[in-house]
Amino acid sequence: MIEFLSASSLFAILLTFGAYEIGCVCQRKFKLPIFNPILVGAILAGVVLVLTRVPNDSYQQGCETFSWLLTPATICLAIPLHIQFRRLKRELPAILAGVVAGTLVSLVCVWGMARLFEMEAVLTSSLLPKSVTTAMGIAVSEMMGGEPAITTAAIIFTGILGSAFGPWLCKVLRLHHPAAQGAAFGTASHVVGTAKAAEISETAEAVGSLALVIAGILTAVLCPLFANLM
Amino acid sequence: MQYLRQFLWIIGFTLAGEALHALLPLPLPAAIYGLVLLFLALETGLLPLSSVKEFGEFLLKLMPVLFVAPAVNLIGSWPLLSNVWVSVLCIIVLSTLVVFAVSGRVTQMLLGHAEAAKAEDTEANGND
Repeated sequence: MIEFLSASSLFAILLTFGAYEIGCVCQRKFKLPIFNPILVGAILAGVVLVLTRVPNDSYQQGCETFSWLLTPATICLAIPLHIQFRRLKRELPAILAGVVAGTLVSLVCVWGMARLFEMEAVLTSSLLPKSVTTAMGIAVSEMMGGEPAITTAAIIFTGILGSAFGPWLCKVLRLHHPAAQGAAFGTASHVVGTAKAAEISETAEAVGSLALVIAGILTAVLCPLFANLM
Repeated sequence: MQYLRQFLWIIGFTLAGEALHALLPLPLPAAIYGLVLLFLALETGLLPLSSVKEFGEFLLKLMPVLFVAPAVNLIGSWPLLSNVWVSVLCIIVLSTLVVFAVSGRVTQMLLGHAEAAKAEDTEANGND
């Protein structure tokens, strides 16, 4: 049975999508930020793997049958960006400034705290690109000699944090302009945050996609510089 | 067959992004090249929005599911993290909060200035 489930990519697909669906139901029912579908889905899938004794490696292999869709899906962010772009032209300089400031602060912050905690170079390189979307962050991390699995985990956790506490942060920081909300979600917590921004308004979603693209490019260019400072 | 054609366009742009990533010496991932290419094609009108819209939006909705497996994979990288997870967690939480605040506040401040300047303009024009 374990061999059958391990070898079957259908089991991996069913487990992933099923666990995520349950996560979605939980979120609708409890309406608490901690019931993030990715988080709930990952914990559920992990528990099922442990219970069925299917090795994580076989599960990951099964997931490769659909995980390659991440790059095309990321590319599709050009669609909301295009739809909203004409309406954003006036706000563009302010958004750009916000994203550039946020990205610089992110890199300085991570780098500084990693120095403070005397972290190994591998870990610092893995954490530096944590605010950009997975498809981009993993590539940047690998280029700097980081550990992709840690980068992925940091990116996802960052995304969940932004998605879970972003609406609350908007209130506390009195961010009421949709473009400012979008810039914050997109710069701080990439695609996952932008998906949350989409629930707030279309403008916030479009600014979020714009922000995550610019933050991604900036991070990819600046990260190697910071890595050299280590 | 509308969806199939849309899927083909999206995969085409993905492949173009991968090709640029392989050919150019810049440290940019394939997804950024593809995104910029698709955006430029849509903006210039070379590719009409209807050629990618529905399937593209489906892929965007699907994206969060694609993060489940990498999150589960944390089990695999645990040995590297077991000693440092508290400081890693601190870095992630603090930096995310700071970045959220800085990017949001800076954008809103500048938008506020722009709007205030515009309001002043109309006021000045009104006084003429």
